[in-house]
Amino acid sequence: MKKDIILAGVGGQGILSIATIIGYAVIESGYNLKQSEVHGMSQRGGDVQSHLRISDNEIYSDLIPLGNADMILAVEPMEALRFLPYLAPAGWLITNTKTFENIPDYPEKDKIITEIEQLKNKVALDADGIAKELGTTKVMNMVMLGAASEFLELEYSKLEEGIKSVFGRKGEKIVETNLKAMAAGKKIAQEKK
Amino acid sequence: MKKLLLLGDEAFAQGALDSGISGAFGYPGTPSTEIVEYVQSNQEAIERDVKRAWSANEKTSMEEALGMSFAGKRAIVTMKHVGLNVAADPFMNSAMVGANGGLIVAVADDPSMHSSQNEQDSRVYGKFAMVPIMEPANQQEAYEMPFKAFEISEKYEIPVLFRITTRLAHSRSGVTRRKKLPEKKGSMPEYMYQFMLLPAIARKKYKKLLELQKDLEKESENSPFNKYTDGEDKSLGIITCGLGYNYLMENFKDLKKTHPVLKIGQYPLPRKQVEKITSECEEILVIEEGMPVVEEMLKGYLEKKPKIKGRLDGTLPRDGELNPSLVRKALGLASPQGYEMPELVAKRPPALCVGCPHRDSFQALNEAMEKYGKGHVFSDIGCYTLGFQPPFNAINSCVDMGASVSMAVGAATAGFFPSIAVIGDSTFGHSGMTGLLDAVDKKANVVIMILDNDTTAMTGMQDSVVTGRIESICEGIGVKKDHIRVINPLSRHHDENVKVIKEEIAYDGVSVIIPRRPCIQVYAKRKRDKEI
Ligand SMILES: Cc1ncc(C[n+]2csc(CCOP(=O)(O)OP(=O)(O)O)c2C)c(N)n1
Ligand code: SF4
Repeated sequence: MKKDIILAGVGGQGILSIATIIGYAVIESGYNLKQSEVHGMSQRGGDVQSHLRISDNEIYSDLIPLGNADMILAVEPMEALRFLPYLAPAGWLITNTKTFENIPDYPEKDKIITEIEQLKNKVALDADGIAKELGTTKVMNMVMLGAASEFLELEYSKLEEGIKSVFGRKGEKIVETNLKAMAAGKKIAQEKK
Repeated sequence: MKKLLLLGDEAFAQGALDSGISGAFGYPGTPSTEIVEYVQSNQEAIERDVKRAWSANEKTSMEEALGMSFAGKRAIVTMKHVGLNVAADPFMNSAMVGANGGLIVAVADDPSMHSSQNEQDSRVYGKFAMVPIMEPANQQEAYEMPFKAFEISEKYEIPVLFRITTRLAHSRSGVTRRKKLPEKKGSMPEYMYQFMLLPAIARKKYKKLLELQKDLEKESENSPFNKYTDGEDKSLGIITCGLGYNYLMENFKDLKKTHPVLKIGQYPLPRKQVEKITSECEEILVIEEGMPVVEEMLKGYLEKKPKIKGRLDGTLPRDGELNPSLVRKALGLASPQGYEMPELVAKRPPALCVGCPHRDSFQALNEAMEKYGKGHVFSDIGCYTLGFQPPFNAINSCVDMGASVSMAVGAATAGFFPSIAVIGDSTFGHSGMTGLLDAVDKKANVVIMILDNDTTAMTGMQDSVVTGRIESICEGIGVKKDHIRVINPLSRHHDENVKVIKEEIAYDGVSVIIPRRPCIQVYAKRKRDKEI
């Protein structure tokens, strides 16, 4: 078992919750984990990335080498493209299609989608739209986690426990919505992969 | 015992707690901030009442930790690399006086300058002060090192420098805890002149520090953090420092033959092992994060055999952070190809949050300054440094914390008008106050804007020591009460705010303007905390 995952998005889009929940499931499964975060300036609407490495062997580097990632999990489509040099030839790109446009020279959305469509292994979905149907775009990140769960080789129930542990103190209802969001994402990935 | 999932910073903090600290001192700074934050939120630390409040700056925090050591208790003090410049005076002299209770100076370096002004390497300071240095390769070592560091610190009465870099500081992994040590009861220094650096005593203490170096070298030779592994192919020997080891091991399995490897985690360099690897191998590759400190030591000025490769000869880049791909290339291995980043991908630089009070402050300042043109605003370090970028283009300098005030004073004494400083509340408490005292003393014609957003926002919203005290501090320093003006940075007050700034520019003397409104992130966080 070895999975190298790049998480990508924009500051404030909930990448760190995704990392924490996967981290929880990994530790509960008895695998080794390294997860590096980016802090500081990136909290103010800049791009953010996190490197997640899972293995049943010892993991040395905290950073994933270029061309080695088994998956890029992006909550924003332009950010998905930014990290392509990390993706292994047989790796998967799992991305949200809803753009987050906070810069004046943001490229045309169609061109971004065309670039994504050219990849062999990809799952692209409008996670914000799906989250909205569940009542709040706040759970967009959990829709994306659900889509990724199809490729993670982790027990789904362990991810569910992770959601409970992260959102538990916010109350039953919030946990419920996040679980539903993850399930919705998973279903779409099953259809699209 | 179940493993704890900890950042490198947190692992060090947990290790320090488990090795019996009574205090964690520090001033926030990326990537060191999580050390004190971890102690602040740790249940055991709270129950034990480990001292854990932020200090005004790195110098005061270093001295507070030294005071705790004087009193016979164990302490850590934390800061980012440039913070050690601020604390350099007490740091250098702490090596002279030494420690009573164990003392660790934990400094986080930021190669590649992810959120810093430079990428200085703290190991240079450690060598300069002649103190032992520990540099972990992974989270488990970051946890273990405080135990060993306190042991050495108390055995030899010397502070120990703990150096960590961004990647490890901000990367999580499982950590296994070991048996806890109790806190120390506290005791007076054995000799009452230990902390007296009068020249006659200082000369003796310096000789003692010089003599100590042999013992410290022995400690390094026997350290569990320095490891020699032999290899079959001696055409190349590899020395790694800190997390350089990880990048080597990431690629090691792909090498045709194994090479001798010296993994270093504790300094001064272990002489015995360094002599072994350099005498047995034809070439040496040094893999170290930060500056080529060890490489330069081995290379010397007059290059001798064996050939030393690393950052100085271009085998690795001279600047910036290392990563597994760069080290792979240095080992002569081919890298797997990823996909190319399409050209259309645009940069996404950080910007001031929508609704940030600094936005309104800059808008008002820009309008008040219209008739003088650009180039008059000295600034400082914090979220407000983003006011350099469009659409504001409001500030013209960012050098070191506190420099805005002193540079404005210096420029004003050169006849520069208007001379404006823009500084955050936490930065003002850190080192703007002394510059303001100079301004008053020199009767400088300056306008100092202290942007009071009720927090240290840039580093993740820590308390600021000046909160609720800014006006009284300015008045106490000698700024005239009529020229300490508080404004509310909101668009609906824009016109009044412009007027206040214009009035104070027109006043020939020291003016302080305090735009006061909480950072919206702090505001949101407080609201969330209240809801839960
Ligand atoms: C000597 C030194 N210590 C610490 C830092 C890290 N640092 C950067 S900005 C900042 C404080 C910012 O707070 P404030 O002045 O209140 O401005 P704000 O970010 O809240 O706008 C700190 C601690 C640094 N750059 N240099
Ligand atoms: S974090 Fe606070 S101070 Fe910093 S840009 Fe955002 S609102 Fe402004």
